[in-house]
Amino acid sequence: MGTVRNALLASAVTLALAPALAQAKTDLIVGMNLEPPTLDPTTTAAAAVDEVTYANIFEGLTRINENGEILPGLAESWDVSDDGLTITFNLRQGIEFADGSPFNADDVVFSIGRIIGPDSVSGKPQLFSSIADVQKIDDNTVEITLSESDGLVLFNLGQGDGVIVNEATIDEIGTNPIGTGPYMVDERVEGDHITLVRNPNYRDPDAVHFDTVEFRFITDSAAMTAAMLAGDVDVFPNIGAPEALAAFENDDRFEVIVGTTEGETVMAANWRREPFNDPLVRQAIMHAIDRQGLVDAAMFGYGTPIGTHFAPHNPAYVDLTGLYPYDPDRARELLAEAGYPDGFSTTFVLPPPAAYARRGGEVIQAYLAEVGIDAELVPVEWAQWLEGPFRGYDYDLTIVSHTEPLDIGIYALGPDDYYFGYDNASFNAVIDELRGEADPSARAADYEEAQQIIAEDLASIFLFQLPQLGVRNANVQGVWANRPIQANDITGAYWQE
Amino acid sequence: MLRRALQHRSFLLGVILVGLMVAAALISLAWTPYAPERMRVGPPFAGPSWAHWLGTDSFGRDTFSRIIVGAQNSIMVGVVAVGIGLVIGVPLGVAAAAYRGWWDEVLGRMVDLTFAFPAILTAVMITALMGPGAVNSILAIGIFNVAVFARVSRGAALQVYGREFPRAALALGRGRSDIAIRHILPNIASALIVQATIQFAIAILAEAALSYLGFGTQPPHPSWGKMLLDAQSMMWIDWTQAIYPGVAIALAVLGLNLLGDGLRDLLDPRLRVFRVG
Repeated sequence: MGTVRNALLASAVTLALAPALAQAKTDLIVGMNLEPPTLDPTTTAAAAVDEVTYANIFEGLTRINENGEILPGLAESWDVSDDGLTITFNLRQGIEFADGSPFNADDVVFSIGRIIGPDSVSGKPQLFSSIADVQKIDDNTVEITLSESDGLVLFNLGQGDGVIVNEATIDEIGTNPIGTGPYMVDERVEGDHITLVRNPNYRDPDAVHFDTVEFRFITDSAAMTAAMLAGDVDVFPNIGAPEALAAFENDDRFEVIVGTTEGETVMAANWRREPFNDPLVRQAIMHAIDRQGLVDAAMFGYGTPIGTHFAPHNPAYVDLTGLYPYDPDRARELLAEAGYPDGFSTTFVLPPPAAYARRGGEVIQAYLAEVGIDAELVPVEWAQWLEGPFRGYDYDLTIVSHTEPLDIGIYALGPDDYYFGYDNASFNAVIDELRGEADPSARAADYEEAQQIIAEDLASIFLFQLPQLGVRNANVQGVWANRPIQANDITGAYWQE
Repeated sequence: MLRRALQHRSFLLGVILVGLMVAAALISLAWTPYAPERMRVGPPFAGPSWAHWLGTDSFGRDTFSRIIVGAQNSIMVGVVAVGIGLVIGVPLGVAAAAYRGWWDEVLGRMVDLTFAFPAILTAVMITALMGPGAVNSILAIGIFNVAVFARVSRGAALQVYGREFPRAALALGRGRSDIAIRHILPNIASALIVQATIQFAIAILAEAALSYLGFGTQPPHPSWGKMLLDAQSMMWIDWTQAIYPGVAIALAVLGLNLLGDGLRDLLDPRLRVFRVG
């Protein structure tokens, strides 16, 4: 009798505990729009690869955090020589790769060696073009030599393209990547998901919050919304469709994530072609577009109008949106002055992104129509966009978001090397000066001058800064809001008890 | 004939639905509540009201104005696509029936080739090659119609050529094209009219599908397919906007199919006398 009662009691206790146990979840499901074509972040420019592997599987010498700050990674510290051309990294000790092999200076020399120089395998070799050589000093010290001073090299080494890989398993890095991060790949089902499990050899097992992390790939925004609402996905860190957020804004179970990106969304008006080589026409176009109205209509209010090619969250940003404000009457006057009293017809090439490019294109078309500019929309796929406007310089108007950090220098590339067709010697001089400048306040002053020049020239029609939009289960904490680099670093995420 | 038509209920319903579509298109030529392409004529996602009968879309455009202008677009696509099919397909088909031999064989194989691919796939292929746009999508649908009308007119014409009067006309020294125009075409007209109504419905559906896939009519011109596409991604905000273009497409296609079925019943050649000479 007593045993029966004890057994009943025991099961009652188990039942009471069950809900509490259920809450301590040990897995995380992360939704993504695009699937990575490979799992090697060092040899491809595809953002989806970094978004799965960065920090979770692979780590770099430095590490970039949510706010774009450079933190120690596999190097616990570093010293920069006075001339800025030699960087000595002191590596962390006692670190092992997921296969149990030890990490040391040889791995760094191998990893950096394969992404620099003329034989670089890197998907973005320009990130490391300033690195001339990498030398092992001893097992825990590595020295990198630069051919020219480069203020961004420590940042770039902390991106997915600069991570430290394992030489012994390099042949299968695309399918079974072995890194030093807290997770390793367990299962990959193409077109559906990739599952990560704990790296048994990770240096700090207590800091790993999940037993499994699943990246699930859902392209369609309506299907994505449904998956979140149904609880099939815990976090969708990067949503391209701002309209999808409406479903979560007023729902306590979810938290909408709004952060910043490095994406300056601009409409390029081809400097090589009539009538866009006329400054008056460029000013007319800028006056015709209500940037806040564009953000409201195309991006559902998410996004910050910009007047130049610089991220508003950067301390050196200058707000130049007042230079050519929305004023359709002024736009019509300027068009008449330029010799187009009845406006003109043109074409407007739209790449695939649904929100900023396709919806944005429709809104801009409507604004331009109000001042007499008839823009025919030409939607294209990325391959066509890269071949036509971007590499062939074949376009009148096109729109794209430039997502590389601190990329104002693209306006100095000149008409032979970049699709804008912009050419201004005084701007090029400022960018040249920046390249050799190490002093932060002098750099900031140069950046401000550069912003001013392209804003006055309307080197592009500057529209808005792309927001970082995402949604998470309200109980998931520690998810990045901003996106300084292409990454879904979930090592700091955890379930709130 | 008229009495039989009035007693044919589904035919009448078809006439009413198609009449509604034509009326909407005609009215929209002269008047719309708002300019259909103009944004922010009202707040985005405004529900139905006296100011906006079917509410507004995500850009604050008046949905009723866009639906009735969209009817123009659909009718234009149907007329031109069916027109291409009739103008090119019927002469080909009648010629095949008249001359038979290798000409008939070649045409038959080409028609088989066209039918080997589903119509919408052919249309997507053609628009992907020639670039998206209203004109190209109409051409793509029209090319498929050429094959349809060539086959239908060949079959119907063969039957007529098998009768005595075309042979009599030939014996009396009439030219081949004269016989085709005076004796064959009038006798296959009813089959062609029925087929044209059905192809009209298919053309509207195909254009909506192409626009939905982004290959058809380009913004800012309203098209039911594109409206459906735009509304779909906004379903979580306002699902009603997806209903209107969907219902418009469904009613237009239903109306044309009922009309076609009714015409087939009413024009059944077995119930009437062939016209001779």
